[in-house]
Amino acid sequence: MENPVTIDVVEQKRLRSPFHARQVELDQLNAWHDWKGYTSPDALYDADLEYFAIRNSTGVFDLTPMTKYRITGKDVLDYVDRLVTRDMRKIKPGRVAYAVWCNDQGQVIDDGTIFHLREGEYRLCSQERHLAWLTAAAIGLDVDIREETADIASLAVQGPTSYSVLKNLQLDGIEELKPFGLAHFDFQGSELMVSRTGFTGDLGYELWIETAKAEALWDAVFEAGKLHGIRAIGTEALDLARIEAGFLTAGVDFLPAEGTVRPGRSRSPCELGLEWLVDFKKPNFNGRRALAEEKRRGSTWRLVKLDIEGNKPAHHSYVYKTVNRRRKQVGFITSACWSPVCKKNIAIGTVNVPHGETGDELLVEIYYQREMHWSRVMARATVVDKPFWDPTRRRATPPAPF
Amino acid sequence: MTDRYDAVVIGAGHNGLVCAALLAKAGKKVIVLEAAADVGGAARTRSIAEGYSVSACAHLLYQLQPGVVRELGLNVNLAAKKMGTVALALDSAHVRLNGGKVDGVSEADAANLRAFHRRMTRFADLLHTYLNQPPPRLGGGTSRDWLTLARLGLDLRRLGKTEMREFLRLIGMNIYDEVDERFESPLLRGAISLDAVLGTHLGPRSPNTILTYLYRLCGNHGTLDLPAGGMGSITEALANCARNNGAIIRTGIPVKRIIVDNGRAAGVETESGETFDSWTVVSNADPKATILTLTGSRHVETGFTRRIHNIRMRGNAAKLHLALDGLPAFNGLEKKDFGDRLLIAPDANYVERAFNPAKYGEYSPQPVLEITFPSFRDATLAPTGKHVMSAIVQYAPYDLRDGWSDAAHEAFLDTTLATIEQYAPDLRQRIIASELLTPKDIEREFRITGGHWHHGELTLDQFLFVRPVGGFAQYAMPLDGLFLCGAGAHPGGGVSGAAGRNAARAILAREKAA
Repeated sequence: MENPVTIDVVEQKRLRSPFHARQVELDQLNAWHDWKGYTSPDALYDADLEYFAIRNSTGVFDLTPMTKYRITGKDVLDYVDRLVTRDMRKIKPGRVAYAVWCNDQGQVIDDGTIFHLREGEYRLCSQERHLAWLTAAAIGLDVDIREETADIASLAVQGPTSYSVLKNLQLDGIEELKPFGLAHFDFQGSELMVSRTGFTGDLGYELWIETAKAEALWDAVFEAGKLHGIRAIGTEALDLARIEAGFLTAGVDFLPAEGTVRPGRSRSPCELGLEWLVDFKKPNFNGRRALAEEKRRGSTWRLVKLDIEGNKPAHHSYVYKTVNRRRKQVGFITSACWSPVCKKNIAIGTVNVPHGETGDELLVEIYYQREMHWSRVMARATVVDKPFWDPTRRRATPPAPF
Repeated sequence: MTDRYDAVVIGAGHNGLVCAALLAKAGKKVIVLEAAADVGGAARTRSIAEGYSVSACAHLLYQLQPGVVRELGLNVNLAAKKMGTVALALDSAHVRLNGGKVDGVSEADAANLRAFHRRMTRFADLLHTYLNQPPPRLGGGTSRDWLTLARLGLDLRRLGKTEMREFLRLIGMNIYDEVDERFESPLLRGAISLDAVLGTHLGPRSPNTILTYLYRLCGNHGTLDLPAGGMGSITEALANCARNNGAIIRTGIPVKRIIVDNGRAAGVETESGETFDSWTVVSNADPKATILTLTGSRHVETGFTRRIHNIRMRGNAAKLHLALDGLPAFNGLEKKDFGDRLLIAPDANYVERAFNPAKYGEYSPQPVLEITFPSFRDATLAPTGKHVMSAIVQYAPYDLRDGWSDAAHEAFLDTTLATIEQYAPDLRQRIIASELLTPKDIEREFRITGGHWHHGELTLDQFLFVRPVGGFAQYAMPLDGLFLCGAGAHPGGGVSGAAGRNAARAILAREKAA
């Protein structure tokens, strides 16, 4: 007897960003990975050269796969203010806030940026998806939450010449845009939102537009940047830049709390060096009680930025401290690279409190391979408090033209 | 200039009154604000017709904690003590039981019931210890919490190996399997099943109905008393006791919201706009009403809000009140039986079948009933020669699929009366007045979200350490100065006073520690 039930082939294909076709035109490597269900390039022709585009001219990165939510409604300010640890009442329309949000235990669910698009209208942008949590946070409040990841195309335009590129794009008033500011422009009859934000620690902007205009925007940006060394970049180059800037990646430098199973594997904002984002003057926000308690009792972990001797990246290394002439393992590295622009061997790691205060001398156990054989060095490392890369051009308003 | 109180208690239900009385006794300046015109909450007596009164919601006393009575010097007047139970049979071969004793069943069943009752009361005693103290907090608890927890373990172990295993086997189990295995009499099976599911959204085959059965026993081994003057007399006595200790009780004052000042409870505002300032606000309202309506989710955190929001508390028990011009003639019943509790639950399958439609938002076409004739033992409730009947009717789901319209209400009343008429054919001719309260009516009249008399389903996931929700089982809510003192807190519903007393202790202990 014939089986009447047929099973359709389950669609496994990755989603394609509206910029995909344009990226494919430039791609020479065919090296792609999955980013939240989207096809995203590791690199398009050479990760190092792409990196130097960020630092020396302009790199363009497709960040459409970043999760985006539009949040509106009567109680929206109360909503976002309770959601995140920082004071959202200070973030006026036209401003962007980097923020973390915690569960009731004061553990970080994710970090991200919140764009105050207009009075009472916000966009939350993050690495992970959070609809369940955001919906729960809306219980009892009059807000509307809409996922718009697939509806909004976004491009990061980052690097010292990025301002000149946008200037060429005829965006009037772009020179006035301060870091963490946003402005709306007309682009071929559609609204183009430009924010002076980014993940590179350099001068840079992010462009947001409806997906129908994505390719037109890409073409216009590349046309405008023709004489400014504009290049499309992949994730590898961006990752180098973000480590230099000391930015954290969810799932790498910390695990989103709602995804951890074992106790002690999640982190509080204080343990991630983000205490400056926690405003205890607010009477209530998610995690407040637990964080106040942590402040009283002290934290367990501390996030550190390390300047390491030598030139071998300290990927996944253990971190040690010499205590009473004995080596004690005190933590581990979560992100590491040789920084081309700083000419330094740098890393982001996590150590146990009380270790890891600024200036603390630690040891990092680095394994490396030479012709199949493994070697090991114990490299000295110093805890630094400033980002490895933080040029003044990042903040200059108006930025310098090229 | 408003007065400042040491504590404002929202709601004069029995737990609110116990809590207020104990706080007042400890020298606190306490005010109780009750929305209804009278005190009592769901433990109230009210008139259903000229000269006829009845307990408006809870009607039998089986859990009132002796500790509460003692500490408050309460004078409890009982019209009947240790009432028996008659499991009604269609063929009039009724089974009469009281505790472990039973008539009308085989010798084997009688012996099995004795053993069953002995074991169940022993297990219930284990739980009883924990009725009268806050449950220990798991993880991050104090040494006292660990001690309580260790004692729970020790108490379990002291049952002996066999009994401990039996306890652990039974605690999550359903009552159906247990009675099916143990007894041959369908009436006996039905009666025990009914006791396990009264007031819940559970059928005998639902998991953890052994727990609900034990909960019923753990107050006072399941002995049933009838308060003289109806359940309202208990809360009247509690109110008088609270007043004598200096508490102020004001009725007809619905609280609109809990005032939150800089992240802590600072008092309450009433519907009329009056404010009562206090750094301690104690809510006898259910957890959902307390947090979501009175406090507002914006003042508490998201994870907590979500768990409060998700508490299962949809009532499934209706209450039937009849004013009768005489006792109806029940087939095969002697007159003295009217002083007992009559059950219509002729077997466990009948109870389960009654529950089935409730899962899909329909009421039982053949409901189960717990019937009492309080006026039989208490002449004050009805004119001479006349009577009142008070019955719990299951199942009547809160979320009736097509809504509780007047027609649905009428139809369910008719179904219920028809069910009783199978046992007492002349019932309808005796009726002077009738009243049926569905969970919707209970929600409205007694201000219980979902009309669930336990303020939250009594199941393992909403019990002990996790009642109302995990981490907040010790009466203090995650808003400084806000406490829960009602049935939604540990241990749960029933006129026991345990939650109110535990809450008062928690409040006083916190003050001492501060």
